[in-house]
Amino acid sequence: MAGAAVLGRLTWLAADVIGAAAETPRVRTLRLHADEWPGHRAGQHLDVRLTAEDGYQAFRSYSIATAPDDELAITVERLDDGEVSPYLVDELREGDRIEVRGPIGGYFVWDASERGPLLLIGGGSGVVPLMAMIRHRAGTGSSIPARLLYSSRTLEDVIYRGELDELAARQDGFELFHTLTRSQPEGWAGYGRRIDAEMLREVAWPAADEPQVFVCGSTRFVDTAADGLVAIGYEPQSVKTERFGATG
Amino acid sequence: MSSEDRRLDGNAIGGLLLELFGLELTAAMSICRSCGSEEQVARLHVYADAPGVVVRCCHCERVMMRIVRAPGRTWLDLSGTGSLELRELD
Repeated sequence: MAGAAVLGRLTWLAADVIGAAAETPRVRTLRLHADEWPGHRAGQHLDVRLTAEDGYQAFRSYSIATAPDDELAITVERLDDGEVSPYLVDELREGDRIEVRGPIGGYFVWDASERGPLLLIGGGSGVVPLMAMIRHRAGTGSSIPARLLYSSRTLEDVIYRGELDELAARQDGFELFHTLTRSQPEGWAGYGRRIDAEMLREVAWPAADEPQVFVCGSTRFVDTAADGLVAIGYEPQSVKTERFGATG
Repeated sequence: MSSEDRRLDGNAIGGLLLELFGLELTAAMSICRSCGSEEQVARLHVYADAPGVVVRCCHCERVMMRIVRAPGRTWLDLSGTGSLELRELD
C-alpha cells in the first residue's frame, strides 16, 4: 500500500473559485483551484466547507463534474431551503475562496481502462458524477459503448444539455436518452415519464452483456432504477448506486 | 419527510470515514454481525440527519455503525459490524 498517500489525513484545502457558469436556472458549475489538490477519479465527490463570520461552519458533499485529467469543477443544484447550496449557486463569485477536502469515494468510480459497456442512469443533478465519467471516456478517446439515461423535470432543467448533444452527435459509441417527467416541449422525441422497468428494458443492454452500471440521483430515483434493473435480470451487486440527500 | 426519503447510502459518509480512519472505506467489504450479509460500505443504508450518523445493514436493517461527533471528540460504535475488509488500491 502506498503508505503516506493512503494514510495521509483528510485535510481542508483552500480553493479559489476560478470560474462560474450557469447550467440551468437552478444549477451552477464552479471551477476551482486548490494548490494541494491530489487529483481525482471519475465519479468521486468532495466536501465543501463554509465558515460564517461568527465561526459557524457548514459542509456538504458535491460530485466532481470534470474528467480526471481536467481541472477541478463541481456542479451544484440550489435547494431553496438549503444552508450551503443557495450561497454556492447565487452568491459565490470568481475570486472567492472556499474550503474543500477530498477526493472522496472508491466505490462509485469508473476508469476508461475498465471493460465496457457502460450504462449510466441519472436523475436531476445525479447526472454530475456520470458526466465526469462521460467526459473521461471522451477525453481518453475511448470507444467503449456507453449509454446515458437521464431524467429531468423539464427541458430547461437538463444540465450539460449542449455538451451532451454534441457528444452524442459524434456517434462514437455514446448514446443519450432523455426523459422529461413534468413537461415536454412540442414534438419531443424522448421519453415523457418517470423511469420504469419498461424504459430500462428499452435502454439497457441485456444483463448478459455485463455492463458496468452507475445510478445516481435522489433516494427514490435510485431505488426505482436499481429495482427496475434487477427486475430485468441484473444482479443487485452489479448496479453501483449513489443517493443524494435532500439537505443542501 | 419519510424515513425512506432520509435514507442515504455509504457514499455519503466516505469523507467522514476517511477523516476518522485515514482510509477510503466506501469500497471496503463489510459483514453485518446480525445477518452475515457481505456488502460494500457504499451500499449500506445511512441516516445522517440524526444527532449522529447511523449505518444500517441494507438487508436486515440492523444497526452496523453509530458515529457521533462532538467538539474535540468522536464516539464510534461498530458493534454491529462483524468485520471490514480493506482492499489495497491498485
